[in-house]
Amino acid sequence: MSVADAAPVQPGKAQSAAAEAIHVENLHKKFGQLHVLKGVSLSARDGEVVAIIGGSGSGKSTLLRCINCLENPTSGIIRVNGEEIKLKADSHGHTVPADRRQIERIRSRLGMVFQNFNLWSHMTLIENVIEVPVHVLGVKREEAIAQAEKLLARVGLAEKRDVYPAFLSGGQQQRAAIARALAINPRVMLFDEPTSALDPELVGEVLKVIGDLAREGRTMVLVTHEMKFAREVATHVVYLYNGLVEEEGPPEQLFGAPKSERLKQFLRNVG
Amino acid sequence: MKRLTTLYSNPGAKLIDAFLPASAAGIIELLSPVAPGWGGTLLVGLLHSLEIAIGATCLGLMIGTAGAFGKLYGGPVTRDLLAVYTTVVRAVPELVLILLLYYAGTDLINQVLAAMGYSRVDISGLAAGIFVLGFVQGAYSTEVIRGAILAIPQGQIEAARAYGMSPGLMLRRITLPAMLPFAIPGLANLWLIATKDTALLAVVGFFELTLATRQAAGVTKAYLLFYVAAGVLYLAVTLFSNLIIGRVESWSRRGMPSVKEAR
Repeated sequence: MSVADAAPVQPGKAQSAAAEAIHVENLHKKFGQLHVLKGVSLSARDGEVVAIIGGSGSGKSTLLRCINCLENPTSGIIRVNGEEIKLKADSHGHTVPADRRQIERIRSRLGMVFQNFNLWSHMTLIENVIEVPVHVLGVKREEAIAQAEKLLARVGLAEKRDVYPAFLSGGQQQRAAIARALAINPRVMLFDEPTSALDPELVGEVLKVIGDLAREGRTMVLVTHEMKFAREVATHVVYLYNGLVEEEGPPEQLFGAPKSERLKQFLRNVG
Repeated sequence: MKRLTTLYSNPGAKLIDAFLPASAAGIIELLSPVAPGWGGTLLVGLLHSLEIAIGATCLGLMIGTAGAFGKLYGGPVTRDLLAVYTTVVRAVPELVLILLLYYAGTDLINQVLAAMGYSRVDISGLAAGIFVLGFVQGAYSTEVIRGAILAIPQGQIEAARAYGMSPGLMLRRITLPAMLPFAIPGLANLWLIATKDTALLAVVGFFELTLATRQAAGVTKAYLLFYVAAGVLYLAVTLFSNLIIGRVESWSRRGMPSVKEAR
């Protein structure tokens, strides 16, 4: 039995009734001559955990980074909570967000967790966690601190609140980065290979935190190499191959009875 | 005088006597801050030097920050203009720039004023000095700060973008504090150079420490005494600056592990 079955939010109900938090349609991304995404569509409803898997260079990180326009898509439609991100062509013909305020507002409700943590090195953990609530969202400092202390306690870092990131292990930094993402009360959490930069013995503590979030019904899009973890927490799995969705579906189906030869091959290689 | 020379019979004292036309008591009298001593004059000169250096460094930092951002993120026209600015200013000797900007600059302003029907104004030496040295400092600061921004781990900038920070907020909260540890050594160099570059303003008649020293030495003929005194004052400024810079630097590196531990 997968852990997702025990979650308070039933996947079936989420798929039928819940609103669409992330909607990506026919997304293309070119880096110069390199065509990384060749028309990808993706959807995540409230309460869903969508895992994106695929080999190196399949475009899975690029797809995630296009959702909040850290990479500007070459073409395609991106809707976050039903609001379409307005895009325009700049003077060089690159597609860029048309409305800076709109993209900033959308980003401030998407909690991004990076492969390399990317905590701000000149701030202590508590300062990192309150930074966006106080300075972007306009939350009162005392409220933000009280909230941040709870979040740090939740990821097991209460006593490290006044420590600078460089003095912590990778696992601790990544847990703090998750607390930073949670502090903005995100509509959707975006995880970009959150355990890939960690020593093997530190992976477990981070996956446990992410798994807990998944089980409490957080909406998430997760790029990962941890197949076992994806199978446990995801409600929907997308397999990318060479810039296209090769196969997608519920985890039991994708991992239990893959149809595509490439996916079978991939699962044999990583498993 | 003669009595003193006979009192000190060792050769070292004789050597000092040969250089100094004044006795120990005379030295104190010459350096006394109240007239007829020249100490006060030197201190006023030092104060003016510091005013210029502080003003020029502040102006230089503003130009440098704007210049660095322009060079990194600006359009092609901005980048080209800034490249011309930093190249020209760093290529031409500072003395030449000071003479050029001071005389040509004041002349230009007065011609503009005359053309607009206003009467000529005297540009204050202080304002002109701050502007000229600040203009020079700005070119060097641009490169120091540009390098420091490039040294920031890009992921931290990316995280700021990913959380919806506006460009101004990102500059204030992330980019500037994160680049500081990489910029401090270079900027500290520029500050110390600025304190000494104020001496160049003596050529346009601005009353700073070097000009004050020349006057004092010229009148009293105690050249060695006053130039050594000026040197000691410049040294004191440097030592005091080092103290402050050291503190600022360790504060700016608060989030970084000690380099010694990594050895």
